[in-house]
Amino acid sequence: MSGYDRAITMFSPDGHLFQVEYAQEAVKKGSTAVGVRGNNVVVLGVEKKAVAKLQEDRTVRKICQLDDHVLMAFAGLTADARVLIKQARVECQSHKLTVEDPVTLEYITRYVASLKQRYTQSNGRRPFGISCLITGFDNDKTPRLYQTDPSGTYHEWKANAIGRNAKTVREFLEKNYTPENVATEEQTVKLAIKALLEVVQSGGKNLEVAIMREDSKLSMLEVSEIEKVVAVVEKEKEEEAATKKKESKSESK
Amino acid sequence: PPLADICGFQTPKPGGLVSSLDHDNEEYCGNFSANSTISLPPFANPGTNLGRVLKDESGNDIPMNFDHGTTTLGFKYQGGVLLAVDSRATGGMYIGSGSVKKIIEINRYLLGTMAGGAADCTYWERVLSKQCRLYELRNRERISVAAASKILSNIAYNYKGMGLSMGVMVAGYDKRGPGLYYVDSDGERTPGNCFSVGSGSIYAYGVLDAGYRHDLTDEEAYDLGRRAIYHATFRDAASGGIVRVYHMKPTGFEVISEQDCKELHYMYAAEKQ
Repeated sequence: MSGYDRAITMFSPDGHLFQVEYAQEAVKKGSTAVGVRGNNVVVLGVEKKAVAKLQEDRTVRKICQLDDHVLMAFAGLTADARVLIKQARVECQSHKLTVEDPVTLEYITRYVASLKQRYTQSNGRRPFGISCLITGFDNDKTPRLYQTDPSGTYHEWKANAIGRNAKTVREFLEKNYTPENVATEEQTVKLAIKALLEVVQSGGKNLEVAIMREDSKLSMLEVSEIEKVVAVVEKEKEEEAATKKKESKSESK
Repeated sequence: PPLADICGFQTPKPGGLVSSLDHDNEEYCGNFSANSTISLPPFANPGTNLGRVLKDESGNDIPMNFDHGTTTLGFKYQGGVLLAVDSRATGGMYIGSGSVKKIIEINRYLLGTMAGGAADCTYWERVLSKQCRLYELRNRERISVAAASKILSNIAYNYKGMGLSMGVMVAGYDKRGPGLYYVDSDGERTPGNCFSVGSGSIYAYGVLDAGYRHDLTDEEAYDLGRRAIYHATFRDAASGGIVRVYHMKPTGFEVISEQDCKELHYMYAAEKQ
């Protein structure tokens, strides 16, 4: 096995592209990002790593705008993400120029995924060490959420998480995502934050949340607004724990 | 000097084991494989200099008149887009053909007209068909009229100043409704409700502008388009032959009529009685 992970263009005897798999490991080390597709909003939430005392807070932006109607969050190597974001932004405008229509989410996701795939099949290049959550609204006002990974594959999701502890968050989402739970903007935001709180230390200061609405208006939630939702979520959790305790007490009697 | 030298062809080295037909195709017809980026003539400023190359051994001009002269028109109305064209091809004072198909079927929802250089229009509209089909396959939805016309105009702009001659209307039906664009070899691309292109367009505009309304019925629209082309064929020497009328509907295009302008002449004359 060890001889087949230098030149990335080579397969191992059992069919693995090790460099791609190592890139996926790098993604698993990145801070968590979650995306939820609601009825008429899409929400992206990311874990903000604690910054050093002297560091300015806002220079670390993990949610980026690719176009008026397209948002992207990523997990993994930030520097790699910069390259992809730059090219994706140009492609969004290029498409608008030649086709006279804004990109569909599927198109730009396919573009980003193709870029990533190209780097898994080029001499002397390593794959991009990031997974992306690309979300927004198509021209016909349909909300969409896509995920890409370092191998260059992409899939559409109702809700997904990437980065550290993504599995835990995804399992939470699988249990708690229902069309009723994402019917309004408020509920969708609450679900996204609740999912993130499963793996992130509580506190609005540790979360960055972005909402995009049907009319392609983007808004980044203020810390105070996030803290409000966090408080509600915590309270609900406590109430749930209390009722469970009561039930188990009455049962054991 | 041998023909090969004049044309600038390099004679292949003798004694090769290469299959000669394929080799000749590659060597002399690179345009077959790269059909969207064709090679330019082997001299500078082809747009202005093409005429100068055409000289025989004694230095006399070889007259090569491209097939120009035409009348085409298109307009949007409540029932979609109507296109009407003539079918005469002239090279100078010589009528090359009386039955040219000046409406090119790009696909079921896109039509292109032909005016100017017949070869230029036909060739690049066929390349446009290829690009439109690839778009459909890649994006799983039909290309918009705006995007299709932009592909053609970008191609034309690429060759700007190099001697292409095209005055084309791209008509179609897409999500936004009926679409009509005028695209020409100067790189112009204009959306609009009503266009006429060609040497006979001045006559067609007269009739068209007099009778055009957005709320024409289908029959009225067919009659207006037909009449406008007929009047152009009557006065313009370079227009004539068969008057073809096409209707672009939400469900695709339909060929409405193809009548000889002589027939129409006697028909309209009888109406006047």
